[in-house]
Amino acid sequence: MANEVIFHSIHQPESWKLANYLAVGGYDALKKVLAEKMTPEAIIEQVKLSALRGRGGAGFPTGLKWSFMPKNYPGDKYLVCNSDEGEPGTFKDRDIIRFNPHQLIEGMIIGGYTLGAKAGYNYIHGEIWEAYERFEEALDEARAAGLLGKNILGTGWDFDIHAHHGFGAYVCGEETALLESIEGKKGQPRFKPPFPASFGLYGKPTTINNTETLASIPYIVKHGGQKFLDLGKPNNGGTKIFSVSGHVENPGNFEIAMGTPFSELLAMAGGVKGGRKLKAVIPGGSSVPVVPAEIMMDLTMDYDSIAKAGSYLGAGSVIVMDDTVCMVRALERLSYFYFEESCGQCTPCREGTGWLYRVVHRIEHGQGRPEDMDLLESVAGNIMGRTICALGDAAAMPVQGMLKHFRHEFEHHIQHKKCMV
Amino acid sequence: MLNIEIDGKPFTAEQGSTIMDVAEAAGIYIPRFCYHKKLSVAANCRMCLVQVEKAPKPMPACATPVAEGMKVMTRSEAAIKAQKAVMEFLLINHPLDCPICDQGGECELQDLAVGYGTGASRYAEEKRVVLNKYIGPLINTDMTRCIHCTRCVRFGQEIAGIMEMGQIGRGEHSEITTFVERSIGSELSGNAIDLCPVGALTSKPFRYSARAWELTSRPSVSPHDGLGANLTIQTKNNRVFRVLPRDNEEVNECWLSDKDRFAYEGLNSAERLQHPMIKRNGEWQECDWSEALEFVASGLKRARDEQGEEQIGALATPHATVEELYLLQKLVRGIGSGNVDFRLRQSDFRADASRQGAPWLGVAVADLNRLDRVLIVGSTLRADHPLLAHRLRQAVKRGGELSLINPVDDDLLCPVAHKAIVAPGAMVAALDQVRRALAGESSDEAGQAIAASLKAGERKAIFLGNLAQHYPRYAELHALAQQIAELAGAKFGFLGEAANSVGGYLAGAVPAEGGMTAAQMLDQPRKAYLLLGVEAELDTYNPAQALAALRSADLVVALSAYKHKALDYAHVMLPIAPFTETSGTFVNTEGRVQSFNAVVKPLGETRPAWKVLRVLGNLMELAGFDYDNAEQVRAEALAGDAAARLDNRLKAFGAKAAGESAGGLQRIGEVPSYQADAIVRRAPALQHAAAAGAAVAWMSGATLARAGVEADADVVVSQGGGSAMLKAKCDDTLPAGCVRVAAGHPATAMLGGMLDEITVGRA
Repeated sequence: MANEVIFHSIHQPESWKLANYLAVGGYDALKKVLAEKMTPEAIIEQVKLSALRGRGGAGFPTGLKWSFMPKNYPGDKYLVCNSDEGEPGTFKDRDIIRFNPHQLIEGMIIGGYTLGAKAGYNYIHGEIWEAYERFEEALDEARAAGLLGKNILGTGWDFDIHAHHGFGAYVCGEETALLESIEGKKGQPRFKPPFPASFGLYGKPTTINNTETLASIPYIVKHGGQKFLDLGKPNNGGTKIFSVSGHVENPGNFEIAMGTPFSELLAMAGGVKGGRKLKAVIPGGSSVPVVPAEIMMDLTMDYDSIAKAGSYLGAGSVIVMDDTVCMVRALERLSYFYFEESCGQCTPCREGTGWLYRVVHRIEHGQGRPEDMDLLESVAGNIMGRTICALGDAAAMPVQGMLKHFRHEFEHHIQHKKCMV
Repeated sequence: MLNIEIDGKPFTAEQGSTIMDVAEAAGIYIPRFCYHKKLSVAANCRMCLVQVEKAPKPMPACATPVAEGMKVMTRSEAAIKAQKAVMEFLLINHPLDCPICDQGGECELQDLAVGYGTGASRYAEEKRVVLNKYIGPLINTDMTRCIHCTRCVRFGQEIAGIMEMGQIGRGEHSEITTFVERSIGSELSGNAIDLCPVGALTSKPFRYSARAWELTSRPSVSPHDGLGANLTIQTKNNRVFRVLPRDNEEVNECWLSDKDRFAYEGLNSAERLQHPMIKRNGEWQECDWSEALEFVASGLKRARDEQGEEQIGALATPHATVEELYLLQKLVRGIGSGNVDFRLRQSDFRADASRQGAPWLGVAVADLNRLDRVLIVGSTLRADHPLLAHRLRQAVKRGGELSLINPVDDDLLCPVAHKAIVAPGAMVAALDQVRRALAGESSDEAGQAIAASLKAGERKAIFLGNLAQHYPRYAELHALAQQIAELAGAKFGFLGEAANSVGGYLAGAVPAEGGMTAAQMLDQPRKAYLLLGVEAELDTYNPAQALAALRSADLVVALSAYKHKALDYAHVMLPIAPFTETSGTFVNTEGRVQSFNAVVKPLGETRPAWKVLRVLGNLMELAGFDYDNAEQVRAEALAGDAAARLDNRLKAFGAKAAGESAGGLQRIGEVPSYQADAIVRRAPALQHAAAAGAAVAWMSGATLARAGVEADADVVVSQGGGSAMLKAKCDDTLPAGCVRVAAGHPATAMLGGMLDEITVGRA
């Protein structure tokens, strides 16, 4: 089942070229949609059936999201692809754009058709310039081939896609901050409601999907939602790309079926580096709570299983830590990231992320105080759920997870002013 | 209507309103910083988090729409916990330097910290420091205190019409600052001080001068423009320390223009006249009141008996109170002269004979926001009427169309639908094009576009601004505006220049049949002049002519709050109280009668002018000058229904075209906002503000070439025998053949008519 949906041609030479994509049946789904004049309702039906859930991290059912878009809106509507992959541990969207950009383009065109969008935007993270250039090249190829732009495949239907290169702010991965950034404003999340489906880009109804989500659409349209669903497990359809990093022999992206046991994924990545002992895993990117090894080894890689263990599948960013990792140091690094990336809009996040970082930094540097752990828990709790966007939660959850499972390491640090590992 | 419950009490709420809206209306206080009733919702401070039944997280009351059956708890354990947590976060990086903070005692953060803060902080790390910014002479910054509520940012975008402040940086490093180190230039900037909930933005002129709790607040009314913004004046030790807005939705809302706010510095000017003075043998000598008043009375009697009553003329500033204006005209008329006028900068009085009432705005100020079609003729709108300009911007924001016939193309900070930027001499023709288009006659493109715009609206109005009112063909503009209003079904009116532009008419301070207008009194010099608050070289249409007339007189009595150029030409100076030291009344541009009392005692030997005039009446042995208080004067001056005396219509005015000057360069002499009255021109901070501008000679590139001068070179501008050396500057938005040279400015006080011909030559 590996590499079934997106990375099917990843090992071919120049898999990103249009000709090579066409050679493996690329754009068949788009041709099918246009030739059969599939109705948007029929496409959404298949997406719902597929149980495709948002691959950006929140796991919201894509078909349901698409059905929120107003149908008879008199003005322009937009589709936005979120390729602002900034979460530490996540590097899958970059590889999708690098190796299979046309499948994303095809997914976006079908999305644009389904949603009645006037245009699509792909917001590409600021630190992956190469991917941005490759995507622009792919757009040019698609336009030249009549697959994109005016009069797509001779049907008289127009839809174009614009690539937008970000500037590296993590918060712009939050969909409304992303919209602000496209509009040329400072990337700060908007208060919701109104939601983008009614007031999105330039105030128009807008649907925002992750890169991997949109790149999965051609498969669903071509093979039917049922087949995609069957690749995974109920409520967790399809394959998912996991970005495995940290202490493994072969870090990288692995497209595997939803519901695959973690132990298998770890084996694919060559096991723990140097044969050392697995200590813990952050299963969904730096913002989710850490899961100790003994719990993690019993989990399967899907939304529901990880959630039951008190963490999140997130964007499928699996950070593996062996027994040489000091959890205080790890948390210091994570907290520094959120301190640096808070947009500064909401009080709890602007002020609290710096507080968390400074306290963890002190503990790491042998200046911890006994009351610090309660303080960290309290501050994290005061940020959690009190901000406009989820960045505050993202800063709080790693703290809560670490203190829940590795409190003894923090205690040791405070008491002995040094690391226990 | 929806049914909701807040703190266990049932309320009905309109669909689309927020929890905050309903709570505010019900008098339930929810703590907040970023929320402000006049600004958009930001929901960033998180102080207003409340518990909502079934919601998994606390919700911001300011941004959460109510829903049927919603149960809100603003004081539950969960709500208080969330609010206290936010307060703790706000305080960790706040300097807590309240003892040396100017906001201390009137700080929203300080106040709420009492309710939601703790005695000691759990934060033991290093605090953030943010460097201060220089943003101009009016607002002081102390940015470490900033809590990032963005009220100042939103005020700029949404009310002032210009985004001069913004947030840069991210997270804890984010800072509120101006655009790339610029200072603030908005004429409404001071409101950011009121909006700032902490001591990050404070008043620079007021800084470190007093504590909020030492000040006594008294209500008053602004004398600086036609709006009559409602003021709270704060005093200490018999001195004005600060001016703040007093909420009045129908007048100034909760805003003040910078002029209203900072002009008070002029009240404490070293130039204040504090003793009566008589000039004897060319020397000014201080004297007591009785001596000065006897001197005046005998001088006036002598003038009347030896030269004839008609040789006595009285000129008053339109910023004087109704009581003062009324008694001045009563005194002059009692002496037997009909020569009294307060319209000092007006040059065309042909409409007087056809006038049916006091010219006024023509609509209520509060209705300006709801107009959907507006035509402005001859106005430096933002400078002259900052808060009316704000209301018109709101009208445009709601979808209204604003059109312009104007000699200058200043940025109104809102889209202008159609405009004809023409020389002052072409304003009548341009306005006539609109009339022609509406009447179905052939007309030019701009006329048709403006006419079409006016025709399409429902709530529409035409306003003549200061430039139109000063212009030598004002009467024709007036008549045309009336015709256009009739044709388009619009209202029409006048943007009142001064505090009593309407009140002066109601007080009768204008010549009746046989009396002389301000222009006539100066064109045909009188032997004796009574000047009430007039600085002739700055306040009149033609300063050169005015000074010549006054210098030739046998007796010039200057009633003034200041020592000024009258020292050269007056024979006696009587120190009279500015508006803060007397009771009085201003009738604003919409005809609203607003009375006020003194907020401090008169400075030195200063006396309220109404008392001075009353005593003069007594000394002149005139009947009807036995007033005990200002209220009696007011009651007599405004007897009857003031509103019924407002009328803009002219009866049967044959708009005979006045002669146009042939071919010379034409001056556009507007009065800079911060020179417009005696108080503001002595307010130092405002004189340094960006909006004060400098006296320069603006011309288009073509006009510069025609005059044979270069941009940025020194040039000599001459008019009426006077000349001034100014810097020439290029402004290609100006109409050809025009030279924009500010009037009412010390640097141009020797020039002639504000909108007359002018010559420009190399220095």
